[in-house]
Parts: sequence; structure tokens; C-alpha cells
Amino acid sequence: MTTDATPASATAARPVRVVIVDDHAMFRAGVRAELAAAGAGTVDIVAEAADVDSAVAAIREQRPHVVLLDVHLPGGGGAEVMRRMPAAEARYLALSVSDAAEDVIGTIRGGARGYVTKNITGPELVDAIARVADGDAVFSPRLAGFVLDAFAGSIDVAAVDEDLDRLTEREREVMRLIARGYAYKEVAKELFISVKTVETHMSSTLRKLQLSSRHELTRWANDRRLL
Amino acid sequence: MTTPTPGPRPFRRAARDTESPIAGGVSGGLARHFGVPVLWVRVGFVLLAVLEGVGLMLYAGLWMFLPTDSHFDESAPGLESATRTGKRSRRSSRLRDAGPAIAIGALLFGAVLGFEAAFGQGALFWPVVIALAGVALLWRQADEAQRERWLDSTGRIDPIRAVFGGGGWAAYFRVFAGLSLVVTALVLFAVWSGSVAFAGPVVIAGLLGVLGLAIVVGPWALRLVHDLGAERAERVRTQERADMAAHLHDSVLQTLALIQKNASDSGMVARLARSQERELRSWLFESVGTDVTLAGELRAISAVVEDTHGLVVDVVAVGDVDMSESLKPITDATREALTNAAKHAGVARIDVYAEVSPTAVDVFVRDRGAGFDPARIAEDRQGVRGSIVDRMARHGGRGEVRSAPGEGTEVRLHLPLKNEETS
Repeated sequence: MTTDATPASATAARPVRVVIVDDHAMFRAGVRAELAAAGAGTVDIVAEAADVDSAVAAIREQRPHVVLLDVHLPGGGGAEVMRRMPAAEARYLALSVSDAAEDVIGTIRGGARGYVTKNITGPELVDAIARVADGDAVFSPRLAGFVLDAFAGSIDVAAVDEDLDRLTEREREVMRLIARGYAYKEVAKELFISVKTVETHMSSTLRKLQLSSRHELTRWANDRRLL
Repeated sequence: MTTPTPGPRPFRRAARDTESPIAGGVSGGLARHFGVPVLWVRVGFVLLAVLEGVGLMLYAGLWMFLPTDSHFDESAPGLESATRTGKRSRRSSRLRDAGPAIAIGALLFGAVLGFEAAFGQGALFWPVVIALAGVALLWRQADEAQRERWLDSTGRIDPIRAVFGGGGWAAYFRVFAGLSLVVTALVLFAVWSGSVAFAGPVVIAGLLGVLGLAIVVGPWALRLVHDLGAERAERVRTQERADMAAHLHDSVLQTLALIQKNASDSGMVARLARSQERELRSWLFESVGTDVTLAGELRAISAVVEDTHGLVVDVVAVGDVDMSESLKPITDATREALTNAAKHAGVARIDVYAEVSPTAVDVFVRDRGAGFDPARIAEDRQGVRGSIVDRMARHGGRGEVRSAPGEGTEVRLHLPLKNEETS
């Protein structure tokens, strides 16, 4: 999402403190360089970590606003980091080369506020970090696609299982537009709602993803031979 | 011929649910197999158990003979590798261990009551209780060891591991306690019956011992044979993948060599890298299926456009359907829309979104480029009107182009699916 309008209310005042967690040193260096170039003044990288233990230590020590988290990590993966350091203070943005549905959905259910893939550009990443720091959810088109797919796959069992929260028609509409590559601002314009409302829909979608029963999702993934 | 045929139904086999068992995961597995709520199955077993313990026998039997969830079901190799090396998170809560213990206790108690009902209260009661407890403990450990073996990456069968699984005091305790309970039962039985009468009880004891052994060892051996079969299949699959990996490594290495040679030609480098990334990604993260589906076709079209015009096409597909003749108009129109966007929009990235619902296929092609005024296309330009709008209309669908100068372009394609009954 290459919008130039960063919701920078909070981020303009202080730089966002970021911890990068990835087991590839080259990749960390690359992200650091990109963020230094594209996010000078708005993003401050306070620590790097290469596995679950060092990530937990770094987060505990540095108290960052945002953690850029790889999904596959030695020692249990990104979800393990989020389990040991719940997203109370730090917010998690998953940054992964994998766009396998299982990883995406699993990470979001683990508590990440967003999921971007590693081919993201510097400015887009800075924008995503700023959004997550402000408490918004970041959905890439692909992620929105998975969300739609997940709920489409489980929608017929929703009638049987009351635990499974469906997406409202409006939320589906928002997801569909995001999946089509619309930026939040454009979604708002298209649906005649405010950007804030779009973000509300995003958040409730996240909430529903976390609440929907694990078994249904497992079955969904299983039916598609993803597990 | 135009009917999209549903793929062959995969062969389904019931398995126990080892992810969230209360006792053996039999109910969960059955519920999943038959597609009914797990609660019904559990209630069914309980009701049957009231009928002289039939439910308990049934449960125990199924526990012994049903395999655990087949962990060798294929997954993309990259994901499996990440799982094996511990880079993906795994369920770590073992708090539920108390649950199975209680459930086993309840099962045992029921079994003993059933036994008592069958043979009358008497000298057999306590030895039987103790022996059953021992067998249950051993059985539970065998279960655990079997699960460990599934997750084991080394592939060797080590006799100690086969019994104790990953080890730990719980495993040792279970085996020790189980064995000593069985022995105690036998001793008790011998002592109590020794003074009364010889022949009958001793014969019964012998029979019981043989029966117990058969119950414990028989299914275990059976399962071992199953596991060996699965392991052999896994090995064959691993070899296939090793070949595949070798092929990919070659292709990656060759691409890198090409990139080194053409380091000055940035366009060439980008193209090579993109095509290589695509190949690797599809191998790593997509399952190995070869059937051509709508999403696959759209990805292929996008790949061609990416390579020809040197930009990124991001394809997101929700739902999928087998490719068929009747879907051709929408893929052709998508190709045209993509080519237009690549040629005229002047952008580095195009989004494609496809959604397959039971009744229709929708495809959206969007760029954020130059844009144009659709009302002012010259009559002789056939691209948009002929290839997109009219083509869709001819085939009962709808094509729509939304664009404004400076705002990018979005092409919306909609095609109703006629053969509803097959999807």
C-alpha cells in the first residue's frame, strides 16, 4: 500500500522503537538498511534477535513498540515468541517469506496485528510499522484473501457450530476490497465510510479469526491439503 | 465436456485424534470421520456403555485398532522441513495430561464393573482391577511412544525409543507402574487362589496371562507393521523430493550464475530473479497437485505478463475451480486486461483478485497507473471493447472498466457458473 498519508499522529512525535527478529543475519541487515533509508526519523531499530530466546530477552529489555517477527524461527517459531511475550506492550508485525495459508492464519491467531511478506518495499514496510504502532491491523491483499478463504471454507459449518463467528457482510466487503489491492483510504472512499471505520472492521476481523474454533480451521486447512 | 469435473474423492480412513484427546482420541477421530459433532459420539459411547459395558469394549477396541492421525500426509516440503527443524511453533500445552488419566480411570472402573457383572463378584475382582490398570498404563505409554516415532526425524527405530518414546519421568513411570501392577495382579491371583484349589484357577490364570499378552502385544505389532508401511512410503516420497530438490538447486544455481554474468543488466537480473522466485515459491509453499485450476491458470497468465513486461503481478485467489472451456472467456479477458495495464499504466505492480463462489467467478485487475477516460476510447481501438467488455457479454458475463486519468484502472470481470450442480 503505497499511500503517502501515514497515520502519523503518534509516530511523528517519537520514533517507533522496533526490534527485528529473523534468523538470517543478511536479511536483518537488509531490513535495517531499508528502514534507515525509508523510515529515517520515524523508525528506530533498537535491537535484533535471531531466535526465540534472544527475541524474548530483547523485547523484555528494550520494550519496543513494534516487533518485526519472522514466522519460522529456531526454537519454536514466531508464535512461540508471541506466546511467551503476549502483545500487551509490543505489537507484532509478521514479516515472512512464507505465504502459506497455515503460517499466515496461525501467526494472526497467535496475536500478530499484521502480516507482510518479504518482498515488501521499504516505504510500504515503514507505513505498515507506523500503522501497527498506532494499533491498527495491517492486511496485505494476500492476507485478506486468506481471511476470505478461511471464512468461506468454514461458513457452511458455521450453521452447526455456534462458536464460529462469521464475518459480517460489511467486513467481507472490506476484506474483498483489500484483497483487490485497495489502500485503506480507497476502501473508505469506495464504501462511503471513514478510514477509522475501515480499521474497526479490520480489527473485528482479526478478533473473529482468533475466536473461531481451532478445529474448524484445522479441518478447513486439511480439506485443502494445507496441513 | 464443459462440465468442470470434481476431482476424485480422496481415500478416507478413520484415525484417532491425537491433538486433543480426552482418553484415546477415538471420539474425536470418529466425529471427524463421519462429520458429526464430537459431543454426539461421546454421548453415544456413554449410552452404549450403560448396556453392559458395550460402549467401553467398543471404545477400547477402536483405541487399539485405529491408527493415530496420519502425520505423513503430504505437506509442502519447505513447511515440513521447517516443522522438523523446530522452526514452526508446536502445541506445547501438556496440561491436558490429567484429563486422559482421569478418563482412563473411569474407563477402567467401568470395565471392572462390567467384568464383575459378567463373572460375579469374587476372587477375580481385585487382581483384574490391578491388571487392567497396569495394561492401561502400558497402553497409554505405547501410544505416546508411537506418537514420538511419528515426529521423529531420524527415521531409525531404536528399541529404547520405541518403548519409552522421548523419555522423561512420565514415560518411565508409566512403564514401571504398568509392569508392576500387572505382576502384582498375577501374584495376588496366585496367592489367593493357591490355598483354595489348584487346577481351575491356575488354568484360568494362564489363559488370562496369554490373553493379556495377546491384547497388549497383538495390536501393537499390527500397528508397528502399519507404521513400517507408512515409513517405507515416506522414504520413497523423500527420495522423490530429494530428486526434485536437486533439480531445483541446479536451477537456482544456474540462475545465480546467469545473474552474476549479467550483473550490469538490471532488467535481466530482475527477470531472472522473479522467475526463479516464482518457481521456488510454488515448490515450497504449494502442494504438488498438477491439475489445472482457474487460480493456477491465472497465475500462469500473470507469470507470462510479469516476464514479458518486467513488472510484478500479485495474484490473490479465493476459492478455486477446475479449469474448463466455459471459463476460457474470463481468463482470456484477464490476460488482455493485464497486458493493457502492463503496457499503458506505467506501473511496477498490478493486483489481480479472483473469487470463485458456487454461482459465479469474479476477477478484478487493478493498477494505480496513468488511467484514462473510458468514454473517450477511439472506436477503432479494440482492446478494451472487443477483448474485454464484448467478450464477457458474449459469454453471458459482464466486463466493466473503471478508470479516470491519474487514478489508475480497475477491470471487473464477472462470469456466472452454469454447471452449478457439479460445484
